[in-house]
Amino acid sequence: MSASTADSATPVLRLENVVKTFGDRVVLAGIDLTVDAHEVIALIGASGSGKSTLLRTINLLEQVDDGRVLLTGTDITDPRIDADAVRARFGTVFQHYNLFPHLTVLDNVTLALRHVHGVGKAAAAARGLELLDRVGLADFARSYPDRLSGGQQQRVAIVRALASGPEVLLLDEITSALDPELVGEVLELVRDLGASGTTILMATHEMAFARDVATRVVFLDAGVIREEGTPDQIFGAPRDPRTRAFLDRVTSAGRGAAPDDTTAG
Amino acid sequence: MSPHRPPVTETNSAVVDRTPSALELERRAFRARSSRRSVLISLASTVVFAALVAVFVVGTPGWRSVQETFFDPEVLVAAWPRVIEGLWLNIRVLVVASIGVAIVGVLLASVRTLRGPIFFPLRLLAAAYTDVFRGMPLLIVLYLVGFGIPGLGLFPRMPMEFWGTVALVLTYSAYVAEVLRAGIEAVHPSQRLAARSLGLGYIASLRLVILPQALRKVTPALMNDFVSMQKDVGLISVLGAVDAVRAAQIETSASYNFTPYVLAGLLFVALALPTIRLTDWLTARQREREQHGSVV
Repeated sequence: MSASTADSATPVLRLENVVKTFGDRVVLAGIDLTVDAHEVIALIGASGSGKSTLLRTINLLEQVDDGRVLLTGTDITDPRIDADAVRARFGTVFQHYNLFPHLTVLDNVTLALRHVHGVGKAAAAARGLELLDRVGLADFARSYPDRLSGGQQQRVAIVRALASGPEVLLLDEITSALDPELVGEVLELVRDLGASGTTILMATHEMAFARDVATRVVFLDAGVIREEGTPDQIFGAPRDPRTRAFLDRVTSAGRGAAPDDTTAG
Repeated sequence: MSPHRPPVTETNSAVVDRTPSALELERRAFRARSSRRSVLISLASTVVFAALVAVFVVGTPGWRSVQETFFDPEVLVAAWPRVIEGLWLNIRVLVVASIGVAIVGVLLASVRTLRGPIFFPLRLLAAAYTDVFRGMPLLIVLYLVGFGIPGLGLFPRMPMEFWGTVALVLTYSAYVAEVLRAGIEAVHPSQRLAARSLGLGYIASLRLVILPQALRKVTPALMNDFVSMQKDVGLISVLGAVDAVRAAQIETSASYNFTPYVLAGLLFVALALPTIRLTDWLTARQREREQHGSVV
């Protein structure tokens, strides 16, 4: 489903010394990270470690206070760049789905195609239905989001993010607001996307899932990357004492999900 | 790919083919008894109230002359064509003014929600506008616009109903803008984030995502403003435009009988009734949706 056309030499995404502060609070204290095409990267770390802020600085919902972000070689933190056009190249999925309640499922999915990418109504609908069908939600195309379960809504949100063929999919703790029995269907979809070559950067509390699906795991602590490596290395033999401490804490908490502070939905 | 959740079950569909227990039957009988009793009480009190009104009003010493001056069927029939013709002007003014109010109101509300220091002068201007026109009596706005603006000599001679419409748009767009602004601010910020992260710009997000949701939230309040404007179109008569009120005034001065005013008043009520009922229905539907059938 990926429409990534970046040539293999340039990384899809490259973060250089990204700093973000809110007042006196330093949320990101110099992040360096490279994402290559078809990678599935899991950002792990405690609540408040900067995972969500990192994702939001990447798609320009936040302004960086230092450093830069390169998307296929272009500096997107340059203030002269068209931020709307940059955001359109990412697909973003939020913790609380954020579907548009006044639009049908299909209209949610095709909104960006029609009004950002200039695709005609019929062509957009055809593309939207095809994608919805692929995730088993074509029957709900004409329904409004509030008729769907949380898991279905989140799958629609993922389809909405994918519809215009983004270069990177940003997933911000997309299962944290779901009932436990609905988490599986959403993770299943992310797994399929990863397997089919979509470049994914996801903040997650699902350690078992990160271990299973990610090609690389990045541990964030107090705004810096403490450790990164393959899932086997991070979960099997973490080198940094803080990574060890974090993993001990979340695995002893049950199924590996730390209690999350819920923001308003 | 995964099991679809069954549609939400209606509250009582699970017990349709069950015979109710004695306890439930007793409860239903009690409810039936008490609702019968409330109907009877309200019926009786309505009859008593109507009788009292009849006795007191009709029994007043001046009732005869009041009846002749305000409720004369012959005068009513005579005044009918002229007043109806005037009402047609009111309706046209109402339609044009509504469109104007919608456009100016949306623009004002959008400007007031703009962020960033560059827009400070615009925001200030919009805020001053809403302050002035919500504070100033419509009658004064009508006089100032109707007699002041033509006096500038800038515009070609326009009929008085034109300036009346302008005054209505000025006043009511200030009210509508405030209602819309409240609606815009009631839409959760995460909706804007979602729209912007799809690549939609500020204006496109407002138009496609924020405003449609905001309008839904404030529909009853907007309808209320519309009802209010429906009767205030009658005020353009002070500028000399021959609307229903002015027509009634002309008829009254010819016959020394106030029945044409009563006629015009009743026609305005008849004009407003559908909107009022529609507002009630919309409000009730919204409440129903948000309460999900709860009894309180």
